Amino acid sequence: MQRIGVFVCHCGTNIAGTVDVVAVADALRLEPGVVVSEEYQYMCSEAGQNKIKDAIKANGLTGIVVCSCSPRMHEATFRKTAAAAGINPYMVEIANIREQVSWIHKDKAEGTEKAIILGRAAIAKVHLNAPLHAGESPVTKRALVIGGGIAGIQTALDIAEAGFPVDIVEKNPTIGGKMTQIDKTFPTLDCAACILTPKMVDCAQNENIRIFAYSEVEAVSGFVGNFTAKIRKKARYVDEVKCTGCGLCTEKCPQKKIPNEFNLGMDNRRAVYIPFAQAVPKIATIDAEHCTMLKTGKCGVCSKVCTAGAIDYKQTDTIIEEQYGAIVVATGYNPINLDKFDEFAYSQSPDVVTSLEFERLTNAAGPTAGTLLRPSDGKHPHTLVFVQCVGSRCDAGAEKGKQYCSKICCMYTAKHAMLVREKYPDTEVYVFYIDVRTPGKNFDEFYRRAVEEYGVHYIKGMVGKVVPEADGTLTVQASDLIANEQLKISADMVVLAAAIEPDKSARPLATMLTASMDTNDFFTEAHPKLRPVESPTAGIFLSGACQGPKDIPETVSQASAAAAKVIGLLAKNSLKGNPCVASSNEAMCNGCSSCERVCPYGAISYEDKEFRMPDRTTQIRRVASVNPAVCQGCGACTVACPSGAMDLRGFTNRQIMAEVDAICR
Amino acid sequence: MQGKLIERACALLESGEVARVIGWKSGELGYDTTPAVFETADELRADFVYGDFCGANLSKYLIKNMKNEGKTLVFLKLCDTYSFNQLLTEHRIKREKTYVIAVGCAGMADPERLRGLGVTGITGICTDGDSYKIDTVYGEKTVAKKDALCIKCLSCKGGEPVVYDEIIGGDVTPPEASDRFEQVRALEAMTPDERFDFWRGELSRCIRCNACRNVCPACSCESCVFDNPDSGIAQKAAVTSFEENNFHIIRAFHVAGRCTDCGECSRVCPENIPLHLLNRKFISDIDHFYGEYQAGESEGQRAPLVNYTEDDAEPSAIYDR
Repeated sequence: MQRIGVFVCHCGTNIAGTVDVVAVADALRLEPGVVVSEEYQYMCSEAGQNKIKDAIKANGLTGIVVCSCSPRMHEATFRKTAAAAGINPYMVEIANIREQVSWIHKDKAEGTEKAIILGRAAIAKVHLNAPLHAGESPVTKRALVIGGGIAGIQTALDIAEAGFPVDIVEKNPTIGGKMTQIDKTFPTLDCAACILTPKMVDCAQNENIRIFAYSEVEAVSGFVGNFTAKIRKKARYVDEVKCTGCGLCTEKCPQKKIPNEFNLGMDNRRAVYIPFAQAVPKIATIDAEHCTMLKTGKCGVCSKVCTAGAIDYKQTDTIIEEQYGAIVVATGYNPINLDKFDEFAYSQSPDVVTSLEFERLTNAAGPTAGTLLRPSDGKHPHTLVFVQCVGSRCDAGAEKGKQYCSKICCMYTAKHAMLVREKYPDTEVYVFYIDVRTPGKNFDEFYRRAVEEYGVHYIKGMVGKVVPEADGTLTVQASDLIANEQLKISADMVVLAAAIEPDKSARPLATMLTASMDTNDFFTEAHPKLRPVESPTAGIFLSGACQGPKDIPETVSQASAAAAKVIGLLAKNSLKGNPCVASSNEAMCNGCSSCERVCPYGAISYEDKEFRMPDRTTQIRRVASVNPAVCQGCGACTVACPSGAMDLRGFTNRQIMAEVDAICR
Repeated sequence: MQGKLIERACALLESGEVARVIGWKSGELGYDTTPAVFETADELRADFVYGDFCGANLSKYLIKNMKNEGKTLVFLKLCDTYSFNQLLTEHRIKREKTYVIAVGCAGMADPERLRGLGVTGITGICTDGDSYKIDTVYGEKTVAKKDALCIKCLSCKGGEPVVYDEIIGGDVTPPEASDRFEQVRALEAMTPDERFDFWRGELSRCIRCNACRNVCPACSCESCVFDNPDSGIAQKAAVTSFEENNFHIIRAFHVAGRCTDCGECSRVCPENIPLHLLNRKFISDIDHFYGEYQAGESEGQRAPLVNYTEDDAEPSAIYDR
């Protein structure tokens, strides 16, 4: 029989306000095996923990039940307390009487009754607890950063600076991400390339950083400290070592009419290309889809002009397998597709552009060499209308758009409006908004400057319709909610602040990493306030807009925070494992593979084992075995097992049934 | 047909291709045909039968024979081949240690249903078009075939057997199938009280003989939870209604997603409890939630209930569906 101590926490008034904690302690004192039952104001405080330690020593306790907050909050704390007093940390059970009782009940009598029942269930479980011991596993001192935008670059640089090797995997031919396409950055208006490209070069030159550009992560296995990733390096058909990035091939290639992704299809590139002049690595890439040589075997111009002999039409994808201790997800964002927003005439008129396209139209390296010209006729626009919240802040249940605020649009629209007015004072600029949201250091001042100094017309209201007219203008119909009137503006260009969404590669990656996501496909953090850069899956960290909409300053600070977490992990030589893992009772196992099929971690394998039968014969049977280092203790296998052979240490079927019985008593 | 099967089995036994044959033999009375293992041609010629009372599904008997030397020949009817595949998927049997002869089947007669029609003292049976001609000690009787077929044959899967090494009697037309979910829908349409009363009426007759479990090809555990004292649900006498209900509900959950709807549970139940309806409710729900799924259709299938794929929705997303 266990000797059990029960400790009921008031949590200030958090619990004691809705639960009669004295009555709970008194009721649980009468349960079988309970030798001491106490309550205290803050059990997690030093004084509270000492109370537990003293009780363990004074009463020779073998099991502890703490009635307090969620085990996610303080289970680790109380396990340490128990261990410090000399009993196995896995002999501690938490009855969650805060989140599951006091915070959701109003009636004190009801709450008290439920708290007693939950305490009883925890006591029933402790009776069946057994000491568990965690194994140790070594840490591979190398990090993988998935995504080479500003988030990935900053994280990689910080980790590398701390002395650990880092690999960046970027699916595009160059690192740099969205920031390479942006012209100026708010609120200081310094040029994006001027602050980004030195960092890109730093990555290339840092001896701790390897860049796998034009590559994708294909598979990830393993667990914190011991991940194995398969990286597919896509064929560039150009020898990376030989190519000098001179760009001669990109000038001679006869395939000229391929929409240039870097300028969002507003000009063309060749079939062999370097995305932009400051690309890192600066290596040409042959676009296999459009290359005549690769498609028909006839052409070979690039190969003839290449003095370095770098063109290799026979190159194939290569798979690189590497071990990592930590993985950082930095997959970033994209503007949403505006096909469903017909009212803004985006697909009907080339003069209706997204904000990112507008960035290219004002950028010196863009299709118009930085002069703002209308895409349709190349003339200067004189009236511009900016529409905010296109696809952001939509109603729940609306058939298009996102419910969330994309966060960056208010600021970049103010930036666009201000820059237009500064460069072309003869233009009229209108901004239609629902709300202007500009919290952030020097942000509101920036927006007010646009309104007050630059004379941008900010109009509260939404644009209802954009109609392309025969004379090439765009008629914008909108409502001014403050003046309470309908407006009709004849504009030369309309710029849509399209909502942003996570990159499409994020969802399959989340599955690969067993990292959780929200309904919008943004990665979920381990705790929204206290652990914002960690995924709930150990060893997976989040950097940048893959976790939620973010501007550059916020992205960079989160990227450095993620790096700090990675450095903290890689600095350790070994990690304690979780002893609450599944194990199979071989005598009962059928070898049916049900558990293997539900295991998300690939922790279960099968072996043919010889068994001595009662009649002295031997029999070879296929049985399951669990790799405790890979098992995450999710328990899916214990439910799938038809014969009940699979069980989870610390959460055995018998323990769970005992809890249910105690609740139903 | 019976002669052809015996001839082929004898040839395979004598050539050494197979070491034993699992088939049917007749019992004491004309209708109690039972599964049997034959190891010599003489035994086969003396006792092997294949007729209208061979309802038994022989696939489960292979599990026990896997540990013996050599291949085992098994005769499987169309529906039995699904159970065979399911056992392969669950690694309970090995394909390379079996030789499957799929046998043509026009539906099997159910002696219990015949008794219900007042046909007793059966000594022999033969099919005559849409009816059975039955020899009894009280003289010859004729009944409509559809009134005497096993319940499972009324929803015959039809088509080709899903696994075999050879087919004998491939030209036999399987019985016409009716909608197998008709009764499930009728039960779903009841109020909870009506449904509870229906099942109490059925399950209260259970004598816990375990015939349903023992015959079920999906119930192939090394050690059944009902025999395991540590499971908390070990075999007890059906002293309370709770025991009667829960035995069958737990069993239905255990075979959910793995049940091929072979109907053996209901066929062998001495109390004529329509146990297959519990399984069919699960099948109908699985079809509804995950798309149509037929357990045993192919080897190595991944059943929707016990499968993890990269497309699985996050729990947070599933409520939106």
